[in-house]
Amino acid sequence: MSDATQAVERVAPSVARRRSRPLWTPALYASASWAAAAIVTKSLPNVVPWGSDNLFAILVGLGAVAFAALAVARPRTGWLRDTLDYYGPWFIAIGVWLTLWEFATAKTGWLPKPFFSPPTGLLHVYVTEWRRLLICIGYSLRLWALGFGVGAAFGYVVGVALGWSKHFAYWGMPILKLIGPVPVTAWIPVTFYFFPTTFDASVFIVALASGIPVMILTSSGVASVNRAYYDVGRNLGAKPWYLISRIAIPSALPHTFVGLFMGLYYSFAVLVVAEILGAKWGLGWYISFQTNYSGYANVYATLVIMSLLCAGLVKLLFSVRDRLLVWQKGFI
Amino acid sequence: MTAAATALRVEGRGARRSIAIDIRNLNHAFDLQGSRLEVLQSIDLSVATGEFVALLGPSGCGKSTLLRLVSGLDRPTAGSIRADGVIIDRPDPSRILVFQDPTLFPWTSVWRNVATGLDARGVLERQKGRVDDALRLVGLTGFALAYPHQLSGGMAQRAALARALVNDPALLLLDEPLGQLDSLTRLTLQTELVALWRDKGFTAILVTHDVEEAVLLTSRVIVLSERPARIKAEFTVDLPYPRHRDNPELVALRRQILGTLGLET
Repeated sequence: MSDATQAVERVAPSVARRRSRPLWTPALYASASWAAAAIVTKSLPNVVPWGSDNLFAILVGLGAVAFAALAVARPRTGWLRDTLDYYGPWFIAIGVWLTLWEFATAKTGWLPKPFFSPPTGLLHVYVTEWRRLLICIGYSLRLWALGFGVGAAFGYVVGVALGWSKHFAYWGMPILKLIGPVPVTAWIPVTFYFFPTTFDASVFIVALASGIPVMILTSSGVASVNRAYYDVGRNLGAKPWYLISRIAIPSALPHTFVGLFMGLYYSFAVLVVAEILGAKWGLGWYISFQTNYSGYANVYATLVIMSLLCAGLVKLLFSVRDRLLVWQKGFI
Repeated sequence: MTAAATALRVEGRGARRSIAIDIRNLNHAFDLQGSRLEVLQSIDLSVATGEFVALLGPSGCGKSTLLRLVSGLDRPTAGSIRADGVIIDRPDPSRILVFQDPTLFPWTSVWRNVATGLDARGVLERQKGRVDDALRLVGLTGFALAYPHQLSGGMAQRAALARALVNDPALLLLDEPLGQLDSLTRLTLQTELVALWRDKGFTAILVTHDVEEAVLLTSRVIVLSERPARIKAEFTVDLPYPRHRDNPELVALRRQILGTLGLET
């Protein structure tokens, strides 16, 4: 292929140059699919009005124009080029998806109100409710950070103790095995009895959900440390605390991170439940509030926010992990 | 080898530390799910200060167990092991065991690995230079910041040696330290081991099942029997260093020892 190109270039450079710069097809298709979404939104009449039609059409239309520009300009190298090459099929699919979604809901009513909402409906929620949603995000993040922080820290310390000490494991492991499989929500009644405020109870629920996987994985990580490392440490004059902090803990870190990832997902799953417990703000509270009033568009819009938040935190945790576990690169 | 010797002279650390080991009527057994496995039986062995002794025997006979007992990582079932007259009842950085597997900590750099002993005893801040010296001694100066997975087998074992030597041990217990290396690296490291021993003057006990290695490196070869291990024979290797593996006396001795092990050549 490249040989052929070189041959052509030698014969007729001008022809070859034109050939090496065709339109960039993935961007072209993406532009077409996004344009379709804009056209469907703007030109077809709505069965039921949802609002924000114009804004949606403009946004999607701008996307289509941007892709068209990229198809012509065709960046050759660098970060933009790599990203677009990789996600090109996704951009096309998103345009197709938006078109079909808008068509099946707002334009035809095949998927009826109030159970389904078109993309314009979600956009309308963000446009009209953004202040309240921002406050809810703040409250949810506060609850999550407190719950996950307390849960992960507690789970980590107990996990290390369970993995290290036979006495601790003798009493702790059976209890952990009993508590582990119980759904976190089953603790709600007891929680209310023990905690003075509903906020404390909510923090406890989130902490429990994130702490248990961290605890289980850390303890199994510490328990499975290569015994020869301890022999080396003892031989070199290490005291028990050194063996724990400098050998057991770093050696178990890959396990701990698996636990942290699991804990992060679980904590997000129970966040909604925790906020139903009489909270006044928060994404979970907002979802349950809107569900009661059949505001499903608002529910979907909030779920999208929650997914994005969770994905962002997972990404953050991944970058922390990659930093701390560089030494694993040879093994993974 | 010469590099190691030069490095040492430059440091001017001539303080020779060594220790005498006295093993009396030693017996050791493992409890394996109720059944008792006799590993060592009536071992009597004295190692003089600064001596380099090899323990040779069929695999699984209990050589490594004997080394662990001398290091103090395990306690014997019966009998005594003394270091300069004092009963060994716990591990101590003056007697360091080097394993067949380098067992470097994979989560930290070569430098931190070598520094482990000093760090564990809380003297690293004052004696950082010793880590660099030890790395220079084994020729790993350029790899201080590397992670263990980036080292070759020979380099990893060198790092493990540096991790032992940084503590200035009086006794080095070598449990087949070259067993996993390719033959060329093995030959190089054999020479380096002898050089280190001669420069530092520590007492050394080497477990191996390579007869040539035993006669090439050490001044006395102890042959152990099948499990439960007893001392079966003892050979003095009265040859000057540096030795050459083609030396006829050495070859003859090697044949004699192989005969004791039941392997006529």
